[in-house]
Amino acid sequence: MDEVLSVRGLSKRYGQGCPACYELTGPRFETNLCPRCGSVVAAHDVSFSLYQGEILGIMGESGSGKSTAVKCLYFDEPPSAGSAEFFDQGEAYQLFDLNNAQQRRLANQRFGMVYQNPHLGLNFDISAGGNIAERLLMSNVDNYAQIRQRAISLLSRTEVLAERMDEMPRNFSGGMQQRVQIAKALATNPPLLFLDEVTTGLDLSVQAAILDLILEIQQQSRTSMIVVTHDLGVIRLLADRTLVMKYGRVIESGLTDQILEDPQHAYTQRLVASAL
Amino acid sequence: MNQEHFGFLDEYAKKEVRRATLKAVAIPGYQVPYSSREMPMGRGFGTGGLQLTLALIGRGETLKVIDQGSDDSVNAVNLRSFIEMTCPGIHTTIRTEQADLIQSRHRIPEKPLREDQLLVLQVPYPDALVVVEASEDRRKLLHGEADYSRLLVKLYEDIVKFSEITISHRYPTRINGHYVIDPSPIPRWDVPKLHNSPALILLGAGREKKIYAVPPYTQAEPLAFEDVPFRVEDFSDEHGQRRSCVRCGCNSSFLDEYVDSATGEQVYRCSDSDWCNQQLEQQQGVEQAVEVANG
Repeated sequence: MDEVLSVRGLSKRYGQGCPACYELTGPRFETNLCPRCGSVVAAHDVSFSLYQGEILGIMGESGSGKSTAVKCLYFDEPPSAGSAEFFDQGEAYQLFDLNNAQQRRLANQRFGMVYQNPHLGLNFDISAGGNIAERLLMSNVDNYAQIRQRAISLLSRTEVLAERMDEMPRNFSGGMQQRVQIAKALATNPPLLFLDEVTTGLDLSVQAAILDLILEIQQQSRTSMIVVTHDLGVIRLLADRTLVMKYGRVIESGLTDQILEDPQHAYTQRLVASAL
Repeated sequence: MNQEHFGFLDEYAKKEVRRATLKAVAIPGYQVPYSSREMPMGRGFGTGGLQLTLALIGRGETLKVIDQGSDDSVNAVNLRSFIEMTCPGIHTTIRTEQADLIQSRHRIPEKPLREDQLLVLQVPYPDALVVVEASEDRRKLLHGEADYSRLLVKLYEDIVKFSEITISHRYPTRINGHYVIDPSPIPRWDVPKLHNSPALILLGAGREKKIYAVPPYTQAEPLAFEDVPFRVEDFSDEHGQRRSCVRCGCNSSFLDEYVDSATGEQVYRCSDSDWCNQQLEQQQGVEQAVEVANG
């Protein structure tokens, strides 16, 4: 299998930081707040590999650092330490050594991001089609008819009525906004997709439909995905492999089935026991 | 009689404007910040253009000042007399071809400019990105990376809603393949005149404290889509006939629309008053010549 993304020792710390930050935080101390300097260690020493067509789940309670890790990889926030290598079309990119323009190009053209809150991923001042157009225009497609065509096919793929593409996203239901967000993320056929709590806050039938859509995309396009969620059901359905995070650290990782059937860490055991 | 320093501004101020101007010419379309001085008129009345003119004009040179195509509107008259007062030894003209330096608001003269002429445009809002991004910090990043996708999205939305691009003036224009400028409130009609202009075009924003330039023979492409190209105003009437100026009959100039107060009819006149006058004079000259020949 081809490796798509290799993350090594990724850390993110908010605050001034001190040498003891990483030693005095984590699951062992049941905190991610450094007692010496008050910095927040949002994520520390996160390492994993992602292969082509694979869905990797990152599971954990809120504040465990799962979203932070993904935000660093999508360049929303700069990491404090660590490296990430992205392999694409025969090239290897050291993500955190790239300059802004190169990062922007990758984020626009080779990555896709779907946020929990559609307000983060969509521009609510422009139409649904305009949101998709934005990503295409950032990738230097400058033919109006082509943009329209692509937007229509993406929206129909994510089951948003093409007749509604010129409406503002605020007129849409939460599930539809999420579908538009997914369509926008898929606009440039990215080989790597980040999904941050995509189904949280949606009702169950809509959740199921969105999860179906994600699986369909993975099977049709062989897109690699990182799915961040606190929902065990989502992990069970989507993820091939899973990382479990707590207080900014990865406490357990492995095949999803294995983790759910035979959790090793006390926290994971509690989590699985409470849900199943 | 006039105890003021030549050009009103002190030499340091003029030097600074010239230095900013040189930088603006060296980086086509880049907005160079400068310390716009306090002028004896409100910001927003053309102080950016005025400071450029005062820093660049010299004794013996000829100036033309226009506002909305006219030499006689209040703003143009006031600016012209202020420059005359503070720059003794300069000449003024209303003839485009006689001017060394033309300061203008809202129009570029109809008559093509020459290499030895200089056009100064007064700019209220220098940054084309201001409509899509409120933070200047982030606008600078977008300019640096030449990321104008959000402006293009605006054009896209326009076409979706109105089936055409509805920007009538301040049309975002990409200079030399990189920076997109706000070319000041000139109509779309004048935008193609920026492209490969033989004359140097300088743009000064007094309130926003920016100077930028379209150097001679530099590419200026209005933003558009491959299949929805930029187009200028259409002056055809309902029969598809090109309207012409009611005064001089010219049918190739940018027209202003008036309502005839006597008949209540819509009439059209050249926006560029010097152009209109010259068209008239030419016709009268021809008529006189014909009369002389016949007589």
